[in-house]
Amino acid sequence: MTTRVLIVGAGPAGIRAAQTLCTAGLRPTIVDEGARAGGQIYRRQPEGFTRPLEVLYGSEAAKARALHETFDRLVASDEVDYVSRTSVVSLAAGQAQVLQDGKIRLVPFDRLVLATGAMDRVAPVAGWQSAGVYTLGAAQIALKAQGVALGAQIVLAGSGPLLTLVAWQLHKAGAKLAAVLDTSSLGTQMRGLPDMMARPGLVWRGARMRVGLGRLYHAGAQLERIETDAGGPVAFHWRDARGRAQSTSCDTVGLGWHLQAETHLADLAGIPFDYSTQWAQWLPHVDPMGRAGEGQYLAGDGVRILGADGAEIAGRLAATACLQDLNLPTLSPHKDMQARVRMERFAQGLSRAFPWPAKLVRATSDDTMICRCEGITAADLRVGSALGENEANRVKSLARVGMGRCQGRYCQLIGAELIAAKSGMSVEGAGRLRAQAPARPVPIGAYQIENDP
Amino acid sequence: MIAPAQGRIVRLAETARSPVDFWYDSEALRALDGDTVLTAILLSVRALRDAEFGLEKRAGFCLMGACQDCWLWQETGPRLRACSTPVAQGMRLLSQPSDAWPAATPEGET
Ligand code: FES
Repeated sequence: MTTRVLIVGAGPAGIRAAQTLCTAGLRPTIVDEGARAGGQIYRRQPEGFTRPLEVLYGSEAAKARALHETFDRLVASDEVDYVSRTSVVSLAAGQAQVLQDGKIRLVPFDRLVLATGAMDRVAPVAGWQSAGVYTLGAAQIALKAQGVALGAQIVLAGSGPLLTLVAWQLHKAGAKLAAVLDTSSLGTQMRGLPDMMARPGLVWRGARMRVGLGRLYHAGAQLERIETDAGGPVAFHWRDARGRAQSTSCDTVGLGWHLQAETHLADLAGIPFDYSTQWAQWLPHVDPMGRAGEGQYLAGDGVRILGADGAEIAGRLAATACLQDLNLPTLSPHKDMQARVRMERFAQGLSRAFPWPAKLVRATSDDTMICRCEGITAADLRVGSALGENEANRVKSLARVGMGRCQGRYCQLIGAELIAAKSGMSVEGAGRLRAQAPARPVPIGAYQIENDP
Repeated sequence: MIAPAQGRIVRLAETARSPVDFWYDSEALRALDGDTVLTAILLSVRALRDAEFGLEKRAGFCLMGACQDCWLWQETGPRLRACSTPVAQGMRLLSQPSDAWPAATPEGET
């Protein structure tokens, strides 16, 4: 019997991993939450939408086309088993539990490639629990996959390459932006520049977008609060780089501070994690090819935030590692390994230029929500932590931070920062929330499998 | 069709699709084929539902299936995730669990 490889995620990493495995004659199964393969950055619009790729992906249209066509070909020639609109909710030795059409079923595998991508890394701003506050990624998805703006007057705030990119895409598509507030100062951004010059084309593109945004963009903004009424945001209060108080009217806000690896399944697979001070987050432990445990491989933004190009490379490398371990013929990974080094250097520059706003998080006022799922405030956590529990999982039991429906995805880094501030230890010392299955909410009826007629 | 009232979402492109009619609470609303439930509702109203643990309303957050902020009820019972479910002709969606059910508690919660 040939080796059964399960790939989770059909973004750039998952697609390139699949393609590489196919060249060696394997027929991988790809389980993907999307309706159509592409992942987030190369997300496809639904059938029947007509905007050309150039409008959807700008300068990256050719890459998007190549990736989509590669995958469509693999599906059409039956070289892969593509399972769309399906979530892996749990992993046990050699088996994945997947949720498809409201039912749980089991997918057995011999080798596992996780290409689960990333999500927005968010910091709390007073008022962010209100309807009409979204992530930057959400604003981009709405535009790409639905052709809509999430509001009539939008403030985008945070930091990172996505802030400028989403702002530019919305602006170009005709959405009305009220302000783009970058918490990173120009000085801080300059410190990242030398390493970012490992990919001068990207720096140039970002600079051109900034010019296009003109006076909408503000570096070094200090975020104070989102003023809301019953219908959602009405104004964003902030201070400019010179410390002057500003208030910008808006009905919608997008927040995000670069990205955070989606690591839930890596954790359930038993892969160890290291705290990365560079990325200010916990990341799965892998070798340079993406090898984790026995028969486990990780690729793409779910393991290191190298962006879409880096994800394609990482996908090929992870699959190559898998083939090597199976003693199957592979192409030399040498060129990809070299390109990866350049991607790493660029990413390092990005992380320096657009850092996690630790100071902003530590200054969170007591009445600010830090868990949007269950409405838990900074004061609730500070009390939980003050009881002498300075470990994230203990504070979760006491204060419920991380217990909600998102399973700690959006509050975990905020919680760790606040615990560290309170206790005087490092963020790493506050520990990592252990992932619990299921990785997505599952209706109880979905488990009634055996008894079905 | 009811003229879009005070919606949140603004259409920028892809307006030439066929219409889909659905119900949200007791209102008849119209969206376009290919819209998600989230898009479909927020074109006409400002939020999807009330928050379970606070006074504010909810209108989704991540749009990528990670935050679970956008769950809604259907008259037939099961909940759905509005950001990743396409709207369908005749859907009957609710911002709150229906009083008509024996136990007005959503699945998985107590
Ligand atoms: S908006 Fe986050 S899961 Fe739907």
